[in-house]
Amino acid sequence: MGKYIVRRLLQMIPVIIGTTFLIFYMVFAMPGDPTAGKCGERPCSAAYIQKYRAEHNLDDPLPIQYGKYVAKLAQGDLGTNQYGVKVKDDLQKRYLVTGKLALMAIAVEVVVGILAGILAGIRKGKFVDNLVLVSTLFVISIPVFVIGALAQYFIGVRTGLFPVTVSSKATFYELTMPALVLGSLSIAYVARLTRTNLVENLRADYVRTAIAKGLSRRRAVGLHALRNSMIPVITFVGFDFGALLGGAIVTERIFNIQGVGGYIFRGIQMRDGVAVVGAVTALVIIYLFVNLLVDILYGVLDPRISHE
Amino acid sequence: MSESAVLVEGAEAQAAGGDVGDARSLGADAWRSLRKSPFFWVSAVLILIFLLMAIWPSLFTSTDPTKAVLKEARSRPSDAAWFGRDIQGYDIYARVIYGARASILVGVLTTVFTVLLGGAIGTLAAYAGGWVDSLVSRITDIFFAIPLLLGAILFMAALSGTMTGYFGVIFKVVMALTLLGWPSLARLMRSSVLQVLPNDYVQAARALGASPWRIIRSHIIPNAMGPMIVVSTINLGAYIAAEATLSFLGIGLTPPVISWGVSINDAIVGLRTTPHMLLFPSLFLSITVLAFIMLGDAIRDAFDPKSR
Amino acid sequence: MRGTTRTIAVAGVSAFAMLTAACSGSSTETTSTTSGSGSNSSSSSEAPAAAGGEIVVHGCTPENPLIASNTSETCGGNILDTITAKLVHYNSETAEPEMDIAEDIKTDDNQNFTVTLKDYKFSDGTPVTSKSFVDAWNYAAYGPNGQGGSYFFGPIEGFADLQCTGTDEKTACEGEGAPKAKELTGLKVVDDKTFTIKTTEKVSNLPVRLGYTAFAPQPDAFFKDAEAFGKAPIGAGPFKFESWTEGQSIVVVKNADYSGANAGKLDKITFKIYQDTDAAYNDLLAGQIDVLDAIPVSALIDDKYKTDLGERNAQRETGVIQYIGMNPKADPSLAKPEIRKAISMAIDRDTINKAIFNNTRVPATGWVSPVVDGYQKDVCGEACVYDAAKAKAALDAAGGYSGKLTLTYNGDGDHKAWTEATCNSIKDALGIDCTATPTVDFKTFLTGLGKGEIKGLFRMGWQMDYPSIENFLAPIYTAGADSNYFNYNNPEFEKLLKEAAGADGLDAANAKYQEAEKVIAADMPTIPMYYGKATMGYSEKIGNFAITPFGVPDFSSISVK
Repeated sequence: MGKYIVRRLLQMIPVIIGTTFLIFYMVFAMPGDPTAGKCGERPCSAAYIQKYRAEHNLDDPLPIQYGKYVAKLAQGDLGTNQYGVKVKDDLQKRYLVTGKLALMAIAVEVVVGILAGILAGIRKGKFVDNLVLVSTLFVISIPVFVIGALAQYFIGVRTGLFPVTVSSKATFYELTMPALVLGSLSIAYVARLTRTNLVENLRADYVRTAIAKGLSRRRAVGLHALRNSMIPVITFVGFDFGALLGGAIVTERIFNIQGVGGYIFRGIQMRDGVAVVGAVTALVIIYLFVNLLVDILYGVLDPRISHE
Repeated sequence: MSESAVLVEGAEAQAAGGDVGDARSLGADAWRSLRKSPFFWVSAVLILIFLLMAIWPSLFTSTDPTKAVLKEARSRPSDAAWFGRDIQGYDIYARVIYGARASILVGVLTTVFTVLLGGAIGTLAAYAGGWVDSLVSRITDIFFAIPLLLGAILFMAALSGTMTGYFGVIFKVVMALTLLGWPSLARLMRSSVLQVLPNDYVQAARALGASPWRIIRSHIIPNAMGPMIVVSTINLGAYIAAEATLSFLGIGLTPPVISWGVSINDAIVGLRTTPHMLLFPSLFLSITVLAFIMLGDAIRDAFDPKSR
Repeated sequence: MRGTTRTIAVAGVSAFAMLTAACSGSSTETTSTTSGSGSNSSSSSEAPAAAGGEIVVHGCTPENPLIASNTSETCGGNILDTITAKLVHYNSETAEPEMDIAEDIKTDDNQNFTVTLKDYKFSDGTPVTSKSFVDAWNYAAYGPNGQGGSYFFGPIEGFADLQCTGTDEKTACEGEGAPKAKELTGLKVVDDKTFTIKTTEKVSNLPVRLGYTAFAPQPDAFFKDAEAFGKAPIGAGPFKFESWTEGQSIVVVKNADYSGANAGKLDKITFKIYQDTDAAYNDLLAGQIDVLDAIPVSALIDDKYKTDLGERNAQRETGVIQYIGMNPKADPSLAKPEIRKAISMAIDRDTINKAIFNNTRVPATGWVSPVVDGYQKDVCGEACVYDAAKAKAALDAAGGYSGKLTLTYNGDGDHKAWTEATCNSIKDALGIDCTATPTVDFKTFLTGLGKGEIKGLFRMGWQMDYPSIENFLAPIYTAGADSNYFNYNNPEFEKLLKEAAGADGLDAANAKYQEAEKVIAADMPTIPMYYGKATMGYSEKIGNFAITPFGVPDFSSISVK
């Protein structure tokens, strides 16, 4: 196991290099000049453009720009964004908010999703099963900006139960509604995955054997069937966590959350390569660790999968 | 279109048949159990209607969906316009009928492409193991880390001006969603295959000298498809909704294409004032998603070799 | 980016009083003279208000460091206008230009101006001297400093010598291309409180222009470290910069050292940055913010904001114009003015305004906003009046139009609804297959326009920099002008502009500018769509509320109950 972890950690280096280059290239290849719009609808003067490009190393060929970036990255320097703010400082603040939101959303989807999935699984084909199916899927078929807008208006403005937007403090209370919105999108997946695997495992020989040997059905479900049904669920939750850390652009915008999604979004719109690459690199590193954790969990949940 | 979805299911069924060694009787069995399922009939009829709508919209309405009566914009449902008119004064009923094609195409094509690509890559990684697994998994990580928006904007921008025809516009959105959707399925498939690999029947087939291709096709895929089918049938709905979110961010389907996502996006401004503009396209989207998932579920249950 | 559809916001409408004075040279007593419009003087020029109150205002992220001469878009401009004072201040109610830091601005020939200053202090305690102006303007005009607002210094003598002339884009300021001089020959410090301006050619409305943000004076601190200054600017305005948390908020507080007539009543203004105006609107409803400077479309529909906010809303026509442009060089099929007029006639502006904007715009009848002096009614004539039959006939007479037509807009702005409705109107009336086509974002849109790659029609907007008819014509339609995305070039138009700039007296100048606008009307290089109107909302906390003619909340007069 130790060797496996070391190997995986070493593999991260090429992935980080690969991703930064890819993102660097993508931002570089984006159409639209970084200085367009900096002076309103009036085009900026040639002098302005030249100064701007020089200040942001935009005139270097891509490999040199990238080389300069990686050299700094190796020393832990993520550079400064267009506004002269250290990307590292920005990201630290924003990842705290986004991480909190992602964990809360994951908690929502895991708790509600697994419970709903178990209910549906052990009562397969019954009313509860169908109710879970229809209600979770209904949520998924509505675009997130509609759910967000509905929640914000009806729960936030009308009833005043939760704050309408999230302040820069991003308290637990403020993040509750966005977390519910984000989590609701994935409940359907978690519930369906749990149900399907549970149903399959309930039929498996070892569960039947366990019940035949006198184990209560409750214990058989909880101890054996459920544990073995969790692998796909954990895989899903793992990458959902990764996606939440980088992709809650719409939810962040609706609730005005100062998170990573908005940072990347703005970075892309401003053609702010350094900000985007920094944010995504951090994202990749976190995501790689989550993946590693998930892979280790496989082994714990299913002893037949070995990492040797 | 749903034919292709059924094809995927059919492939699974056939492969499963190969496993048992008697395809015909399994198919007959499946059909017998399907016939008894009310879910199957309801969803099959619904999908048939939607497909008909997609292929032959003029069967359902004689109104031109691009005919705008701006003076009557946002009017409520009436005899003249059954579902009312939207913000441009288009007949919502006609828009919904004509929107079926693009929405279903986006959902189904993206699902098929991600399943094929993600499934193949995931299976390859898990089956081959070793350095191939590491390499493929890390490439998956890199792609997963690209923020959806960055990828989509780039993709759309790179292809802007090209493929402006009806199917070209749809294809661009499908490609963008596929490019960013396959890694999660690849990862899921990899985890399922890892779980199937240690099973006795795989070991036995190996011992008997079966070719890797045969092992994968006959033993691994049928037994490892479960979670992927679950996720991708939900994905189908999510992709239709995602197309709307892309429109919300300004990079979705563009005219001349009419779709439910575009309609929902255009209607969001009327959320609090004229919600009927939002209701009808959302309703159709939800029903379609439900129908596809119910059908997928019913067929999967009927063909599952383990359920017998 | 969303919402950055304008160039700059300051304040002001008519330059009547000042121009008359300046041009005739007969009087120097121009301060606060009312110009026959008879309006009351603004609340801002009344006695210093009772102190008190903190408010939170909807804001957006400035595109550049907060340096006056480098800011020519609204997000940064709005902030800077609270913390800077200029020679001239545009009355926030009547839009008259009033002397602010300037004691007076004298000229006999519209080419040599003498400026004398009042006693003002920067918020760091240092005095505002003529050097504060001359150095700041030299800095702004000097090419290698790359200031976004350098354009505005173009008329001053010696400007050309301060520009980089290199042909290679990367090294334009190096070697041969380096500027010949560092200082404008047209600016001379006479003493601490006096300096002179000389322009290359006659500029009859120069004093009106001097209220623009880019002309703000800069303290010594700026020249020591411009970069640090950009993050914490110092000005001589009614408010003082306090903090800027990137992406979150910008805070300004009352400037205790301010000695001018436009002191604010508020103690503190927090500009809270939102990614989406709908979120800001919901926050307004929930009482989280106090002023929202743009009601989102979702609340404009059916006047929902009036039900939501009751009396707590305000409207005002602003110096903004929205139009549809085209570049005949990129798209020869639109080269004939007759075809462009036919298209213009095919657009049902009234119905689009009603259905899409809920009547919050004013259908345009010309190329100059009604809020500026020099505006003339119905220049566009019947070409801006919807008449489907006439439009079709005009199109046929001009030889018809074959093929498809696109109307390009930036997909990240709020332009989809009206561009689509406009296309539908054209399609209906002329039978041309017109499609509203988005670009992925604003940068792509502007870059495409700059390169002349966008065919067909495209949307455009203009917010005046300073209140003059000239500002709606010269920067947009002069051959080779930065914002001339239309490849428009008419020597007759240029000749009239030149005559207007050198005209003796405001009326003569305006008459020439109006003639120039008529040339535009005949050539129809752009199709006027709407004049701007700002619709704002505020919280129960706000007592007095007003909007400047630039569509910005008037922070000097806002008070808290």
